[in-house]
Amino acid sequence: MADTRLRTPLGRALGLGSAKEGVSHWWAQRITAVALVPLLLWFVISLISLTGADRAVVVAWFHMPFPAIATVLMLFAVFYHMSLGIQVVIEDYVHTEWLKISVLVLNKLVAFALGAAGIFAVLRIAFQG
Amino acid sequence: MAEFALPKNSKVGTGKTYPAPAGAKRVKAFKIYRWNPDDGQNPRTDTYEIDLDACGPMVLDALIKIKNEVDTTLTFRRSCREGICGSCAMNIDGKNTLACLKAIDEIKGDAKVSPLPHMEVVKDLVPDLNQIYAQYRMVEPWLKSDSPPPPDRERRQSVEERAKLDGLWECILCFCCSTSCPSYWWNGDRYLGPAVLLQAYRWLADSRDEHTGQRLDQLDDPFRLYRCHTIMNCTNTCPKGLNPAKAIGEIKQMMVARR
Repeated sequence: MADTRLRTPLGRALGLGSAKEGVSHWWAQRITAVALVPLLLWFVISLISLTGADRAVVVAWFHMPFPAIATVLMLFAVFYHMSLGIQVVIEDYVHTEWLKISVLVLNKLVAFALGAAGIFAVLRIAFQG
Repeated sequence: MAEFALPKNSKVGTGKTYPAPAGAKRVKAFKIYRWNPDDGQNPRTDTYEIDLDACGPMVLDALIKIKNEVDTTLTFRRSCREGICGSCAMNIDGKNTLACLKAIDEIKGDAKVSPLPHMEVVKDLVPDLNQIYAQYRMVEPWLKSDSPPPPDRERRQSVEERAKLDGLWECILCFCCSTSCPSYWWNGDRYLGPAVLLQAYRWLADSRDEHTGQRLDQLDDPFRLYRCHTIMNCTNTCPKGLNPAKAIGEIKQMMVARR
């Protein structure tokens, strides 16, 4: 970090000013958290009830519109929520600027990749079996 | 990365022990953090054994007794000695509080006293509060209104509107809360911390203030406001029994309400 010892305390506190964003991140984290309560409950209960079922039964289950759509929504919310949460942890603890930016970008890319892979997998079963 | 260990020149060593006078019956040991910027030494913990029968009931009484009778070099801030000035905020027995409001007999075993955590130390128990005062100045803690006051009377406010300021105006800016907050420890250069955010909310909640929108604009920032992760150390430690975490929650709700 640049040497700011000669700046006034007020100048340092004001810094670059307000980012004028932050509420959307916070709100998105709450919304996805609330959405994940029913989605995850439903998904876990469904998986448990499918325990020991034949492959054909599971594939048939994913062919139905509601399980396929709800699973895609669940995956979207999971990885969106995950990237928001990890971003906060990085901003809290990583204070080396180049490292922070790299890890923040990596976090977003990994979340997108995992989400895309999960959703692709569901769609493939839903449409191909 | 965040600092989880003290740097080499901050490692605290063992200092001198000042024994209690002979014949003292109720002896309490005060283990006090000492650091002098002028001697080039690491910080140390000095032990002062105090005869409680010859000392007032509060930790501040013991500190003043030490300074007057045992070791005049002990440095700390104090003024009102009745919990209204906020000067004697320090970490006592592992918790930030005011030395003047902390009874000695509430402390089991030795009384450990150190400055407010994670602030630069000026000397002994005196922390450098320049940054936190600047952050307080930044939220412009005064009434901002473009409408002039009525010519013949004060600005009016209903009883209900005034009641919204209760639990906020009582804050004495001792900064026990901000210096107990891990988010403020790791990101205090950008996060405003619970004390300053409670003060910011005191003006956001004031029905006479007309700059609510600008005030919210200034706080809408991932660091200034949203480093608060509801850890609640602030509310737990406040020696005045206030709830900064709730005030921060109210600011977050106002942010959502104006979307």
